[in-house]
Amino acid sequence: MADLGRAVRVVSAADRDRVGAILLRRGAQAVGVAVLVSVLCFLVVRRLPGDAAYRIAAGRYGYDLVDEASADAVRAELGLDRSAWRQLGDWLLDLVQLDFGRSLVTSRPVAEEVGYYLAGTLQLVAVALVMALVIGGAAGVLAARRPGGALDRLTSGWVAGVRALPPFLLGLLLVLFFSVHLGLLPAVGHGGATIVLPSLTLALGLSGLVARVTRDAVVEVRQSEYVRFARTKGLSERRVLVRHVLRNAAVLLVPYLGVQAVILIEGVVVVESLFAWQGLGHALVHAVFWRDVPVLQATGLVLALMIVAVNTAVDLTVRWLDPRPRAREAVA
Amino acid sequence: MPRLRRASAAFILLTTLGASAGCGISDDRATSTDTLRVVSPMEIHSLDPGTSDGIFTRLEVAETLVTSDLAGELVPALAESWAAAPDGRAWTFELVQDATFHDGTPVTPEAVATALERAVAEPASPLAEAPIERFVPTGTALRIELAAPAATLPALLTHYSTSILAPASYDDQGRVTEVIGTGPYRIDDIELPASIEVTRFDDWRGDAPAIERVTFQAVGRAESRALMAIGDQAEVVFGLEPAGRDRVEAADGVGMESSLQPRTILLKVNGDHPVLGDVRVRRALSLAIDRESMAEAVLREPELAATQLLPPSLTAWNQPDLAPLEHDRDAAGDLLAEAGWTPGAGGVLTKDGEPLRLTLRTYPDRAELPALATAIQASLAEIGVGIEVEVGNSSEIPAGHADGTLELGLFARHFALVSDPLVTVADTFAPEGSDWGVLNWQDAGVTDAVDELLDGAEDTRAEELRATITETAQEQLPLIPVAWYRMNAAVSDRVEGFVIDPLESSWRISDARFAS
Repeated sequence: MADLGRAVRVVSAADRDRVGAILLRRGAQAVGVAVLVSVLCFLVVRRLPGDAAYRIAAGRYGYDLVDEASADAVRAELGLDRSAWRQLGDWLLDLVQLDFGRSLVTSRPVAEEVGYYLAGTLQLVAVALVMALVIGGAAGVLAARRPGGALDRLTSGWVAGVRALPPFLLGLLLVLFFSVHLGLLPAVGHGGATIVLPSLTLALGLSGLVARVTRDAVVEVRQSEYVRFARTKGLSERRVLVRHVLRNAAVLLVPYLGVQAVILIEGVVVVESLFAWQGLGHALVHAVFWRDVPVLQATGLVLALMIVAVNTAVDLTVRWLDPRPRAREAVA
Repeated sequence: MPRLRRASAAFILLTTLGASAGCGISDDRATSTDTLRVVSPMEIHSLDPGTSDGIFTRLEVAETLVTSDLAGELVPALAESWAAAPDGRAWTFELVQDATFHDGTPVTPEAVATALERAVAEPASPLAEAPIERFVPTGTALRIELAAPAATLPALLTHYSTSILAPASYDDQGRVTEVIGTGPYRIDDIELPASIEVTRFDDWRGDAPAIERVTFQAVGRAESRALMAIGDQAEVVFGLEPAGRDRVEAADGVGMESSLQPRTILLKVNGDHPVLGDVRVRRALSLAIDRESMAEAVLREPELAATQLLPPSLTAWNQPDLAPLEHDRDAAGDLLAEAGWTPGAGGVLTKDGEPLRLTLRTYPDRAELPALATAIQASLAEIGVGIEVEVGNSSEIPAGHADGTLELGLFARHFALVSDPLVTVADTFAPEGSDWGVLNWQDAGVTDAVDELLDGAEDTRAEELRATITETAQEQLPLIPVAWYRMNAAVSDRVEGFVIDPLESSWRISDARFAS
């Protein structure tokens, strides 16, 4: 492996094309995913048992006020008796005009609601990723100093431990410790210090694997010839680590983090419900429960597009970290 | 070197960001002596009174014209007094003199009429079913003209969907954009669907509440709510499950408050069914159900076993002298034998070659319903009745009612949606049937008694009529009562004077105070 730390980052015309190509490919993928997810969400809700008008009426008015009359009124108001194809067609037509419609339960604009939940999830995932990176990355780098040493073995134990704990249980344990026993942090809610426990729950689960991957990558890179050369050249251990080892290790770590971010986004459902955090996972559960098709479709859409966005970001970051042309093998 | 510095700067920035996102506005939410924190599983779906699930009346932000006291009796709220016209075709509600909305505008009969017109237009509001012709503002009062007499109108006006909001609460399409009420607390901040903050309204016409600020937070998981109660993260926590209640009872500084709700878990029976049409079979089913054991095992409170349809919290309707529903398997067997059912293959009774098999539909939205359904299945198997339990969607019961295919349906029915249970009782025993009431069952005595009560029968006559209805229901069992319901909350010892209103028209926070 050549030393990337010394590579000069000149963005050539060919590189720009490639960035453009990545964006174009991912853009087309986004459109395809959008259509597919919308249709699937719609079909799934249609397949759910029971009369949607009653569910929506229960969501709006509470169970005690739901009877045939209120369900009929909901059905008439929302046009639920239109044919399935017309309902789907109308939604897709509105989607093209970027009109997500209104929630069937709350009657508020879906874009506004989903935007609110998206912000919640993004905050949670961002804080969790940073925490995981700090905890896991530090543990990984430290463990890599002496492979097979006490710290390395301790990290392996940590990896297995946090991975084996389901987020629901981990979350409850954290609440018990930090908020019931120590009274340090608020257990649930949305906003302010309430973000610490849910993101820590997500981060701890993730940190084990980050530590593992960082450790392996750092060990591998450290043994490479260019690192040995850098040392021979007389660079301090610290500069070798920061300029040569970490950057090369990051090429391995970033795609991995991308996959984890996707899992995080989808894994927030449990954590959000435990901590009453208002995010997309929470919105998704409620939309399915109350048969709120527009909110479900929009939430599904946003989740799918986030995955495309994360993959695009990973592609671009890896290109920046490792600018060597990838098509070389194909040419040769 | 510059690169190294940039990298460490970025690292520091990221970690501070993470930390500061964590600290933000935490000081706001810290325990302070003037803020009461309320936690409930209920999310707020909308600002509109009709679809708000009553949160704004419970938090005492919005008021209705009439409300109810802890005994369920009607008491004045925004209306000082009310009276029916001699022919019963109009009601006049005299408004209180000095009421103002939270935006400072006075409460006028016109504003009240506008708010009520919106409630009438809301299909799920109990007011939508009243024979209202028009609202006529008259000086300091509002006259409601009716197409037919409606003795229950004042009770209907206790329902949260009839809350009176200021005209400025609505946008030009009639949607509520801001909740501007008249109660002792006004809205400070709302973040749908989960949090609300209110503060004392300084121009409130009554005594100033002792508690200055109240925050409401919806928390979906019962485990999280229990931890908040014992971790001193909230002063009032509603909706705890049995395991959480046990933890609260064992913890220091917090205790359980509870009140019997006017809600009954019952089995709806198809009165037209070839098997269930026979009252002896219905009685046998009722005798076979071991309500006490079921209430103890599932609801963790044997006292919640129903002995009649209407719970003791409905003082006017519950008949303490009525012979209670009992558990007697032998008597059940005798009744079935008398009805012609004989032991058949596989322990299931048969008659004319047909086995006694029935389908019971229920739904999982109330966690105890499927558990109770399987307990009923086991109880009835002991007397040779085969029950198939179908746990589906809550809409299956009204759907089965509409097409007549429902045999048995298990659900919970609230009998005092408005302060006067008569409104719900009349619907439950409607001769044409009701989604959450009887199916293919009617009794001339009950129908006449309900009609006479709706026409305004009073005092001893009303007592007799109510007794007729409850006694007939107990004998005929068109609805087989299973259990009653208790509403509970974990309340911090720091709070004094907190009581639970069985009708939940308000959480009565303005009557509570912090212990000094």
